[in-house]
Amino acid sequence: MSNNPPTPTPKHFVAPLEETPLVAIDAVNVGERKSNLWIDAWRDMRRRPMFWISAAIILLVVVVALFPNLFSQIDPRECVLSNSNGAPTGAHLLGFNKQGCDVFSRIIHGTSTSLSVGIIVVILTTVLGILFGAFAGFYGGWLDSILSRAGDIFFSIPYILAAVVIMSVFSAYRNVFVIALAIGIFAWPSTARVLRAEILRVKNADFVMASRALGVSNFKILLRHVLPNSIAPVIVVTTISLGAAIVAEATLSFLGVGLPNTTMSWGNDISAAQTDLRTAPQTLIYPSIALSVTVLAFIMMGEVVRDALDPKARAQR
Amino acid sequence: MAGYIFRRLLQALPVLVGTTFLIYFMVFAMPGDPLLALFGDKTPNPAVLERLREQYHLDQPFIVQYFLYLGGILRGDFGTSFSGEPVTDILARTFPVTIRLALMALFIEFVLGVLIGLISGLRKGKLFDASALVISLILISLPIFVIAFVAQFIFGIQLGWARTTVSAGAPIQDLILPAFVLASITFAQIVRLTRSSVIETQSLDFVRTAYGKGLSRRRIIPVHILRNSLIPVVTYAATDFGVLLVGATVTEGIFNVPGVGRTLYQAIIRGEGPTVVSFVTVMVLIYLVVNLVVDLLYGLLDPRIRYVK
Repeated sequence: MSNNPPTPTPKHFVAPLEETPLVAIDAVNVGERKSNLWIDAWRDMRRRPMFWISAAIILLVVVVALFPNLFSQIDPRECVLSNSNGAPTGAHLLGFNKQGCDVFSRIIHGTSTSLSVGIIVVILTTVLGILFGAFAGFYGGWLDSILSRAGDIFFSIPYILAAVVIMSVFSAYRNVFVIALAIGIFAWPSTARVLRAEILRVKNADFVMASRALGVSNFKILLRHVLPNSIAPVIVVTTISLGAAIVAEATLSFLGVGLPNTTMSWGNDISAAQTDLRTAPQTLIYPSIALSVTVLAFIMMGEVVRDALDPKARAQR
Repeated sequence: MAGYIFRRLLQALPVLVGTTFLIYFMVFAMPGDPLLALFGDKTPNPAVLERLREQYHLDQPFIVQYFLYLGGILRGDFGTSFSGEPVTDILARTFPVTIRLALMALFIEFVLGVLIGLISGLRKGKLFDASALVISLILISLPIFVIAFVAQFIFGIQLGWARTTVSAGAPIQDLILPAFVLASITFAQIVRLTRSSVIETQSLDFVRTAYGKGLSRRRIIPVHILRNSLIPVVTYAATDFGVLLVGATVTEGIFNVPGVGRTLYQAIIRGEGPTVVSFVTVMVLIYLVVNLVVDLLYGLLDPRIRYVK
């Protein structure tokens, strides 16, 4: 028996502790890049040319709206009737409109009108949409029934038609705020619906249950946990509706129930130029291009943000 | 099915009352004389004012006014226009033209939109798809009146293919250009919806089974993929009827199509407030009825919708 060679025992039957310290097993890998919905979205967006193009246009529009004089030294209200519908000259790149005003300068100075209407409408629809959508979705029950039915009623009136009625009643007070109010008051239900649907999805998540178990009050859960996690689709709707609001203002001005003729706006300029389509198409085409490019930028931005935030949309590209 | 119809009709009732109340409230609950406000800077004829005061029951308290007005609407009485013609008579004259234009536009946007969306979806990421996406984005951003003027300028004035304004009887050949303009607003959305729906359907199991059974693409694409991709597209077309109504107002105004839209357009341009209110109410009611009918049709087509409470 003693002659038998000893059976070889494996050198490491149990992995020795010094090779994989326990601390290392539990430690967070610090070198790994952080990741959450917003960081992922940003990584996705910055690779897309559409994002940079629309961001550049939006930035340009904002700068033009804030500092119009940087872009055109010609006074848009200095109109000489002998230049009526005149062709472009060296200093007047896009020619003259019917009143003999510089078309380019009027486009530059009309930017702030369109943009401010868009921004006020979007603030209004977002605030109303979040109030209605968040309470309806989070609290549910009879509150949801009342708020959702109210939304249905506002949703059932196409908002441009509603704005036409409001603007007809307030014909004596036509300014940027009234027109933004007239559009926004009927445009919020789409925001509310999107947010409500998202909150219904989020409110049963584990982290909400955890907060509830910890004794966090309902309202605090809504404010701190549910709302921040369901705001992504609202951002998409908001970006796109900024473009839609600019179109709505231009449409109302075009119909003659928008801003008064004395206010410089793209919609007014297009409206005034429509009778000269045959003889001086440039007076109609250039403000239309400015309007469309601005709207396109906001809609493109909304699309890019949607693709970045929604993995399903990303897969469809 | 009867239960579903009843439930759906019951749901439509508060919306009907709510929308008409809202419009009425916006117009007549404002401080000051609502009629004078509606005429803006014009001073209307005292006889006209008197007739309107009677029509809207302005001597009564607000809530009584509203119910008298609602009763009138339910009996089909929408009041009279600025020129004294009953709104229902104007509707009888102009509505068929608008229906013709809207049906032509719906046909164009559906056939073209679904076809382009289908090809786009089947060739995801290819050149055709990329250009269809870019063009549809541009179309979405163009306001309808810009599209109308550009079409009028290019096809009416430069090329001379179409008349810039529609002649009296609104014959079909005159309506082709306005119909294309009207179709263009929702066409882009239909392309995008069809595309994403096709992409989604393509990856479903039953499509793979169909390929596995050895069916040809010529059978799978129309029968398996297209038919199942159309549900969200049809839903969209119904909810977007409101956009079509606003679009019709502008398009009919610009091309001078003698429809409901042009009547509203001209009333807006001339600042005839009371007529505007009547016609907006009519349009909202049309919108509500169309949505109700489409919902009922869904219940008929898709049993799943009938049973959802």
